[in-house]
Amino acid sequence: MGSQHLDFTANVTEALADRQLRANFKSALTGLMKKRVAVLPDAAERERMRDDAEAAKRKALAKLPELLERLERKCTENGIIVHWAETTAEANEIILGIMRSHDATKLVKGKSMVSEEMHLNHFLETHGMEALETDLGEFIIQLNHEPPSHIIVPAVHKNRQQVGRIFADNLEGIPYTDVVEELNAIARKTLREKFRTGHVGLSGVNFAVAETGTLVLVENEGNGRMCTTVPPVHVAVMGLEKVVESLSDLPPLLRLLTASATGQLVTTYVNCITSPRKDGERDGPKEIHLVILDNGRSRMLADAQLRRTLQCIRCGTCLNHCPVYIRIGGHAYGSVYPGPIGKILTPQIDGLADKGVLATASSLCNACEEVCPVRIPIPGIIRRMRTEAYDEKGDGVVKGHGAKKNLLETLVWKGWELTYRIPALNRFVVSMLGRFGDKLPNVGPLKAWTSVRTAPRFAPKSLHQLAKEEGIRHE
Amino acid sequence: MSSTARDRIFARLHAARTTVSPYVPQGGTWQAPMLDKAQRIELLKKRMETVRSEVHVLPEAEWPAKLAELLKAREATTLTYGHDAWFGGTLRSKIKGKGMPKLVPYGENVEAFRDELFGIDVGITSTLGGIAENGTLIVWPTPQEPRLLSLVPTVHVALLKADTIYSTLAEAMREMRWAENMPTNALLISGPSKTADIEMTLAFGVHGPKELIVLVLE
Repeated sequence: MGSQHLDFTANVTEALADRQLRANFKSALTGLMKKRVAVLPDAAERERMRDDAEAAKRKALAKLPELLERLERKCTENGIIVHWAETTAEANEIILGIMRSHDATKLVKGKSMVSEEMHLNHFLETHGMEALETDLGEFIIQLNHEPPSHIIVPAVHKNRQQVGRIFADNLEGIPYTDVVEELNAIARKTLREKFRTGHVGLSGVNFAVAETGTLVLVENEGNGRMCTTVPPVHVAVMGLEKVVESLSDLPPLLRLLTASATGQLVTTYVNCITSPRKDGERDGPKEIHLVILDNGRSRMLADAQLRRTLQCIRCGTCLNHCPVYIRIGGHAYGSVYPGPIGKILTPQIDGLADKGVLATASSLCNACEEVCPVRIPIPGIIRRMRTEAYDEKGDGVVKGHGAKKNLLETLVWKGWELTYRIPALNRFVVSMLGRFGDKLPNVGPLKAWTSVRTAPRFAPKSLHQLAKEEGIRHE
Repeated sequence: MSSTARDRIFARLHAARTTVSPYVPQGGTWQAPMLDKAQRIELLKKRMETVRSEVHVLPEAEWPAKLAELLKAREATTLTYGHDAWFGGTLRSKIKGKGMPKLVPYGENVEAFRDELFGIDVGITSTLGGIAENGTLIVWPTPQEPRLLSLVPTVHVALLKADTIYSTLAEAMREMRWAENMPTNALLISGPSKTADIEMTLAFGVHGPKELIVLVLE
């Protein structure tokens, strides 16, 4: 999906026409918005938490190289093997290598957005490995060969009937049911068998604590703990922005992450992993690998505005509050990270030429920035993406800078500039538009523009002219 | 390949340092309220019950009788525990006889015990403490009480001493000196395993325990 050409307009048109999809998203996201407010009822306290969470993440970014070195050193001391990958291809190869060195063929996965970014499942399958998603939502869409449509609730676009059909069609000996408890029981039975027999467990990382070399994972289902405890080998993957300095940074970050993501005070499990199984311990993996991925992140760090993208803790609440995302859902974006955060993250990872169009899908209403637990200025960065896509000059650092620049738009803006600089030209153009403006042929860019907007009516006389006729001297 | 990738990544990270001098706002402004002992027990109970944990506050001497009653009601046939946990001896002397489950100590490595473990009804563990602000148990597995005791069996019973309930996570981290003592695996457990991945409908026991029962010992 990631490497395919993105026809965003076609995707949006299709999504908007799908009433079932829109109903599924609307009901789920409205619920999530209400739950968030219910668990953060005191606005003043919420802002204090955001102060702390934002400070913790910005502090970590300010010291990023030192903290990553410290994390690597502490993890190594603790017995965790640390790997570095510049690209997703390198990260995939590292994981394949780990599996091969253990003669492993079966990987059980906890939910990880970075592994989606890597398209790890597809990669491993082409090399003869089984990569099984065990988060219930991820399991459902993997059975149906779909990518996630939401960062937190990946199967939010499916209703219970659709899930029932997916199970009945793809799991052996399972009859159709649309009772949620029965669907959960089917997943439990199927997946517990997979945990018991998996060779390698894979997880993401919510926070990596440099102070102690600890990997912190939050989850509700218990599949993450299964993946990181039952198989003899655990591989954790993280983007390099996940590091925080110390354990004392965690309380506000954890509270806001779970409150923003699912409206919970805390998740069922907060799983802090500091080392593989020690002598005398009876369970837990004998070997832990940590794969730290760059994939464009270090480039973002070099720009004072763009680096704030790296504050993201992947709670998904900007998706839930976005008037565009609510209506078109996650798949329309054709990218691993949808919604507002995706509009700024995806073009920076994949380049403006392919994904710059995503930044156009925003009314700049600012809802995302208002709810962001770490206060990422998303609308400002969306505007930066738009500007950089068209402007070759300047200090832009985003891949594909100037990719959308084209002769027609350049000429239109140049003409606009001249019309406002030269009074005689201004008078001429205004008078021409007054006479012929309504008769412009409806073709080309004008047709495209007016297909979703009402064309303006030009007044026969300009304001300047009217004022002059009325004898008003000082306009 | 990996070491050169590392070098190139760090070269870029250090270079970013020279182009940007970042502003870091002040943090440390938020703190959840500190509570007295009665409030801590009450809030922990309330928070845990909200996510469908079963919480019983009782005098310490009464836990074996309460446990027997709970096991009987569930018709549990097998119970696993750490043989050398502080309550192990009491468990062996009190939980026996008719209607009581067979006690299966987690006494081997998981490789040998795994298949049996996945079929066991109840796991019982001690806890290092609780956190009132969000209704959480602090569980640090040990050689005596391995990690999977609190995850694989269908029911998880946790024994929590009322004196060890903290007001906040930050307080627990400070008082227990987490930064110096991080164990192999530190867990915060706040309820039974749950999911809302299908139509946001909350359901319990998706992969891990279907029930969490907390006995708060005063």
